Amino acid sequence: MIPIVDYIRILPEIVLSIFAILVMLVDPVIPTNESKKPLGYLGLIGVLAALGATAYQSNFYGDAFFNMVRVDAFSIFFHVVVLLVTLVVVLSSFEYLEIQKIQAGEYYGLILLAAVGMMLMSSAIELVLIFIALEISSIATYILAGFRRRAAESAESSIKYFLLGSFATAFFLYGVAMVFGATGTTNVYRIAEVLSTQHSVLTYLAVSLMFVGIGFKVASAPFHVWTPDVYEGAPAPIVGFMSTGPKAAAFAVLLRVLFATGAPGWFWLVWISAVLSMTIGNIGALVQNNVKRLLAYSSIAHAGYLLVAFAAAQTLGISAAIFYAASYAAMNVGAFAIVAHLSGKGERYVTLEDYIGLGRRSPLLAAMLTMFLLSLIGIPITGGFFAKFYVFSAALQSNLVGLTIIGVINSAIAAYYYLRIIVYMYMHDERNDTPVAPISVSLGVGIAISLIATIYLGVLPNRVLADAVRAAQDLLK
Amino acid sequence: MNYIDNNIITVVTFLPFIGGLLLTLFPRRDRDIRWFALGISLVTLLASLHLPWYYVRGQAGFQFEQDIPWITHPNIHYHLGIDGISMWLVVLTTFLTPLCVLISWKSVHDRVKEFFILMLILETAMIGVFVALDLFLFYFFWEATLIPMALIIGMYGHGRRIYAAVKFFLYTMIASVFMLASVIWLYAHTGSFDFVVIQSAIQNAQIDGFDSAAQWLFLGFFVAFAVKVPLFPLHTWLPDAHVEAPTAGSVLLAGVLLKMGTYGLLRFNLGLFPEQSQRNAPWIIVLAIISIISGALVALVQPNVKRLVAYTSVSHLGFVVLGIFSFTQIGIDGAVYQMLAHGISTGALFMLLGMIYERRHTYEISEYGGIATPMPVYATFFAFIMLSSIGLPLLNGFVGEFLILSGAFQARQIYGILAATGVIWSACYLLWMYQRVFYGQLTHPVNNNLQDMDARERVSMWPLAMAALAMGVAPVLWLHSIDPSVSFALKQFSGGFQGAVPSATHVTQALMQVIGR
Repeated sequence: MIPIVDYIRILPEIVLSIFAILVMLVDPVIPTNESKKPLGYLGLIGVLAALGATAYQSNFYGDAFFNMVRVDAFSIFFHVVVLLVTLVVVLSSFEYLEIQKIQAGEYYGLILLAAVGMMLMSSAIELVLIFIALEISSIATYILAGFRRRAAESAESSIKYFLLGSFATAFFLYGVAMVFGATGTTNVYRIAEVLSTQHSVLTYLAVSLMFVGIGFKVASAPFHVWTPDVYEGAPAPIVGFMSTGPKAAAFAVLLRVLFATGAPGWFWLVWISAVLSMTIGNIGALVQNNVKRLLAYSSIAHAGYLLVAFAAAQTLGISAAIFYAASYAAMNVGAFAIVAHLSGKGERYVTLEDYIGLGRRSPLLAAMLTMFLLSLIGIPITGGFFAKFYVFSAALQSNLVGLTIIGVINSAIAAYYYLRIIVYMYMHDERNDTPVAPISVSLGVGIAISLIATIYLGVLPNRVLADAVRAAQDLLK
Repeated sequence: MNYIDNNIITVVTFLPFIGGLLLTLFPRRDRDIRWFALGISLVTLLASLHLPWYYVRGQAGFQFEQDIPWITHPNIHYHLGIDGISMWLVVLTTFLTPLCVLISWKSVHDRVKEFFILMLILETAMIGVFVALDLFLFYFFWEATLIPMALIIGMYGHGRRIYAAVKFFLYTMIASVFMLASVIWLYAHTGSFDFVVIQSAIQNAQIDGFDSAAQWLFLGFFVAFAVKVPLFPLHTWLPDAHVEAPTAGSVLLAGVLLKMGTYGLLRFNLGLFPEQSQRNAPWIIVLAIISIISGALVALVQPNVKRLVAYTSVSHLGFVVLGIFSFTQIGIDGAVYQMLAHGISTGALFMLLGMIYERRHTYEISEYGGIATPMPVYATFFAFIMLSSIGLPLLNGFVGEFLILSGAFQARQIYGILAATGVIWSACYLLWMYQRVFYGQLTHPVNNNLQDMDARERVSMWPLAMAALAMGVAPVLWLHSIDPSVSFALKQFSGGFQGAVPSATHVTQALMQVIGR
């Protein structure tokens, strides 16, 4: 008999699943040619309910379902991040779907299901369940990437993401199998017990294989090749989603797999991947002319910064990584919400030239995008600054001087291409009279949430950082 | 009273920012926006005058301090405070800002709202740099000056403004990353960002591994500040930024932003790393002297007036660096004084150039000539300010240069001799430029119809001219609060240094003799 409290420990996931199914059920009731907005509102209610459920859940720390799921500060933190990202994405999708004439109710259902997968990823402590959660979220995002049915790039994006993604998850699964072979268990904390007494070559191999699988999901080099194409083709709000939610969740998994298990031999993997991601991401972004591609490369670079925190390890590095994931989610989802709004029908306006004169045409949007870009650079009063700061100071305190220097140089290079967008928005003289559509209320709320979060993390990071530290401590317990 | 004293720095720092926030809510009626910006910057000026008024002279350490824990981990405090050095730089900033608003009254007519918002945010950031006593907070404000200034140059500048803005941004940004690295190292080894705490930890040799790292930390700070000063060979961003920037941008750039560099050298390089400062002084002084002389020589051959004035900044700021690294009280007093004087005179020169640019839309010297005839008032103001910049006795530039050169001679004769040539050069390029622009025949008929300065322009020039005169006639008013702070800041320089230090009265007596003559 499974105790009731076990269900509470997966309550947010249950709530979201119910709402996802509801969305699917209500969908046929709405006539084909009518707006699917009501479904979006339904999804929105679902997300808010799940947030409430997460808050409720935080009184019930502990394991559930025969040690498959664990509710602790760590999983709660990622639940909140994922749900907030989902909230902003749903809010910014209303208008986008109308403009692109995408009238498919399952869009919202899939977003919710993807969120279910991500939340489960952060709370699962059983490798097989982690794999299943990974698949739940991945499959939903594969489909979402292909939602601009009329655009060839979108189909390309979906197929590419699907093929390479399945390939990568297979790696992960091999890794899980080998861990099982080496230790005789797939429970993360049981593995830790076994590994504390014995090491075999098999574990090293398993760690590398799992790292490949998750490295793909977080778009870290050298497993990043899919990123620019997929991001370019997928619908803009979905890119905002893909580059933050699944990424945060996959990092959560990586943290569990590497640190909670006390796995050996990860240091140089992480180190090399961090250096490659930062360098390839930043140098690639320098020459991009398409804003979505530019942000795709930037997201590779940010995965690199996050891995620097991994390399620093210990409570300090892990909490820095957690904080970074949260603030990256806030700023990037906001930036993509604006990019989605500006892209117009058929995503025509996504090159840098289309941003010329934005400072005149829409001062408010330009100012908000500037804030997000400054945060991505890492300028004070934004979350991005503290995130970088924590990461590099954690790395320095672990005596990773070389890695810190590479990271610092990289973040200086990065300033250039983010600045380029600002230069195009404010400083170029050429006339560009493409009108900018007024911001709808829901999109405005979505952007406001991410903007407030970004600035809040930059001015009063205390609370979130304390949560991140507690999460890191819980993870290592 | 106590309540005011405790919060006055916060008020002064954030008043402009709040003004900027309020401006965002304004409708786009340019007139109202200008008046509001002027009003808020004047209120800030008035509030900042509280500082010198109630400043307790001769008291060691920082005053009007405010220390509130801001972020618990890492241990960052909202720690503000001033001493005699930073106080006057704050007042300089608040003094120049309303004048910048006035000078931009007509020249900025497009995107007016954004312009004044940026300017007010910039003011907050600049004041913040001078009052922050927490290294983290300092870095925070330091970086925060970057964006508004780059945007002002890039959005409102002339021809190659984008190039100039990006160059300015990248130079400063990349250099300050090194400072951040040093700051983080210090934090990692002391557990505090507080300037006072770190300073005493260093003095008492409580930091592990400090001796081996100190040279690198020193360089980390030094690079960031040297770019800002700018010291040869890191000065190449300055002429571009100045020439392309709008007038108000140039005034604030030359008047305040460059001082952030020299202030940083004085406060942090000297304050935290006295030993390394002394060890590195020889090559830094060489760079300073190269800046003085090469800046002057390059200025001599510029065909563009604004570029010429930009290079004079390189030369004059070279003096400041020389004064700081002479490690003599008199030299450092002079350096601080020269920072203020340069802010006034070069700020005024840029404003004057802005006025002529509004009329003729060119900075080429060859486009002018003989314009003293149509514009007598303008020519008079220009002559006055130019003389103050050259360093004519009884005007502000003289005091600073005199003190710095005395310090340089005390430190080593050759420094003084080489640097003194800079004074001669500055007379050459400025007087020659003045002759070509104002005297001679009116070669271009357009110049016949030039309007002389109108009321608004005179109002914006008088305060600067008066300040230049006052600072030249009664330097004691400033020096008597600068001097004790400098000697307190230099307390840690042991041995021979203290012996050579003349007291404040000596300094003033020496000055009085020269001026009285």
